[in-house]
Amino acid sequence: MDFTFNEDQLLFQEGVRDFLTNEVTPEKIRELWETDSGRSPALWGQLTELGLTGLTVPEAFGGMGMNELDFVLLAQECGYVALPEPLVQTVLVAVPTLVNSSNEDLKAKWLPQVAEGAATIAVGLEQNLLVEDAHIADLLLMEKNGNLYAVEQADVTLEYNQSVDPSRKLYQVSFDESRAMVVAEGDEAQALVNGALNRGALGCAAQALGLTQRMIDISVQYTSERTQFGVAIGTFQAVKHRMANVAVPLEYAKATVAQAAYAIANNVSSVDKNVSHAKSMACAASLLGAKNSIQVHGAMGYTWEVNLHIYMKRAWALDKTWGDQAFHKGRVAEAIFADDALLGAGNTFVR
Amino acid sequence: MMDLNFTAEHDAFRQEVRAWLAANVPAEPLKTYDTAEGFQQHREWEAKMNEGRWGMVTWPSELGGRDADLIQWLIFEEEYFRAKAPSRVNQNGIFLLGPTLMEYGTDEQKAEILPKMADGTEVWAQGWSEPGAGSDMAAVRAKAELSDCGDYYIVNGQKTWSTRAVWADQCFGMFRTDPESKRHKGLTFILVPLDLEGITVNPIPQLDGLPGFAEIFFDNVKVPVNRRLGDEGQGWEVAMATAGFERGLMLRSPARFQQTAKRLVELYKENQASADRDPAIRDAVVKAYMAAESYCLTTFETACRLIKGGKIGAESSTNKIFWSELDQTMHEVAMDILAARAELEPFAPQAKGVGSWLDGFLFAQSGPIYAGTNEIQRNIIAERMLGMPRK
Repeated sequence: MDFTFNEDQLLFQEGVRDFLTNEVTPEKIRELWETDSGRSPALWGQLTELGLTGLTVPEAFGGMGMNELDFVLLAQECGYVALPEPLVQTVLVAVPTLVNSSNEDLKAKWLPQVAEGAATIAVGLEQNLLVEDAHIADLLLMEKNGNLYAVEQADVTLEYNQSVDPSRKLYQVSFDESRAMVVAEGDEAQALVNGALNRGALGCAAQALGLTQRMIDISVQYTSERTQFGVAIGTFQAVKHRMANVAVPLEYAKATVAQAAYAIANNVSSVDKNVSHAKSMACAASLLGAKNSIQVHGAMGYTWEVNLHIYMKRAWALDKTWGDQAFHKGRVAEAIFADDALLGAGNTFVR
Repeated sequence: MMDLNFTAEHDAFRQEVRAWLAANVPAEPLKTYDTAEGFQQHREWEAKMNEGRWGMVTWPSELGGRDADLIQWLIFEEEYFRAKAPSRVNQNGIFLLGPTLMEYGTDEQKAEILPKMADGTEVWAQGWSEPGAGSDMAAVRAKAELSDCGDYYIVNGQKTWSTRAVWADQCFGMFRTDPESKRHKGLTFILVPLDLEGITVNPIPQLDGLPGFAEIFFDNVKVPVNRRLGDEGQGWEVAMATAGFERGLMLRSPARFQQTAKRLVELYKENQASADRDPAIRDAVVKAYMAAESYCLTTFETACRLIKGGKIGAESSTNKIFWSELDQTMHEVAMDILAARAELEPFAPQAKGVGSWLDGFLFAQSGPIYAGTNEIQRNIIAERMLGMPRK
């Protein structure tokens, strides 16, 4: 039993945190809101240089050959800065879906390009209403009628749907499956789709941890500076307790996210339950973080001017995508109400 | 490398615990230790545990323990709760005073006190709270004055809400040795035998009507000076160690809440037809199960970190809030499922086993209060963990 991240993973996290907090500032995010694509090729280039785009690409295809557990702490940092680029989707969802498929041609063509930052891949599942970043994806992996297809950008029609979070770029994607490549059919397709869904949900959960911490940090700073009745409002117990109430569920969501990442990386049989547990708890913490943070900001929190909303809006969006609370609590319910469910002390780590 | 599997040694340890408990846990549940008869039964159980060297698994082997690390301790707790073994009458001694004695006690004190604690000969009560000092422990007023000869302290004052003090043999607590001192200065940690002349123990009935608490009056009680733990005036530091990391982690192991969550799932399934009249109940059961699992995961994660030399930080203050409010919530949900039967005491003819939920519900009301109220814990989290400004 070793429920800790290793030194390398923690150091990598630290390095990525330093980079992201320096480069992906609220000012930079606001600048990107004003651009057509909302994306920065320069920033993508930097992420590539750090090795991040190729992190889960097997070494044979020019990547680092790492797994979901290696990436989960980095996904947390992506959440902390509300990274607009499709890094989590590419590294955590798209690449492993392709790697897990049996289509060698697709892998040979696309994985090296992803590793070197030359291409991105979007994933569209029927569980998700819309496809994130379909507009800049060179390849789209699309679930349709129980099959999984690979479609190139030129062969899709996109309809933009604006999200509450201006950084998120969402599209209704239409394509003609007779002109698309079949990645997998039947059971294989469903296994790939379920895997993608789990990794997408893990990505949301990990980012939710970072977002919650960011909202706490912003709120602590604000309430330490803002004075009313002659003192900093952060000295008021009612304000303190709002933030403590966010810190508690955040603390208890962290290990669930680590367990979910471990379950995915090691094909643990309880993976669906573990992922849903993590997403439900982490996103619930981030929703409470958003609600309490806006409250302690008072009227300032309701403005476009204060940066808080950048992170609140991402938290609201991530709670609803890659399976909402109803979906994930439903999967947990199915597991724990089953007749043969192993519950209670001593069964947490049973595979 | 993260590895969420138990080692072969851990599995073997689990089997050993499981086998011993299967052979030794009393078939009939013991009476509550808040009765004289139940207290005696629990003493005997502690003695039996000690004989099997299962009383204090984390203690060194020369003291009758098993040198168990934190993972083994968690495994032991899992098996203990699964086996429905009796609750520990001496938990104040085992989990609070024991570790503190190991750190601050003299060799003589350890030799005299620990073996009797381990076999249940001496059960310990805590003497923290006073009528004017609950969660604000620095407001302690009960005083201890060193005698002219320097052989003993003369103790005067009152302690209250002292859990299990009615039948306990000893109590530990902080007393003000410097009458001029204020707040946390001038306090001394003293171990007081409750049979000394000048001590009066008055039972305080708890919500269930049983004398689970007591108030203790000290009237010129002579306590030998060798019953002081640590130096004079060092009481606050010693008390903080007692309330420190061992307590943050060891006060309530996850197994207890996981077993309650399991029972809650079973209760829901047995009563699903009526429970589903309120769709919120099903949701609450799922959330309670997830929270209990989260508590388990987080505790194992912390234990692994500590074993590797890590430190437990201010984030440990989140523990107390999390488990105490989870315990309350789970029992509230159970009450909702039981509906009209929820108010029945265990001995009511129609209770048919549901009465234990009422017992648990009553006890759960104390969780957010004892060991420092959750309001105090929230202040600690806000100020020390999040860095919000003090007054």
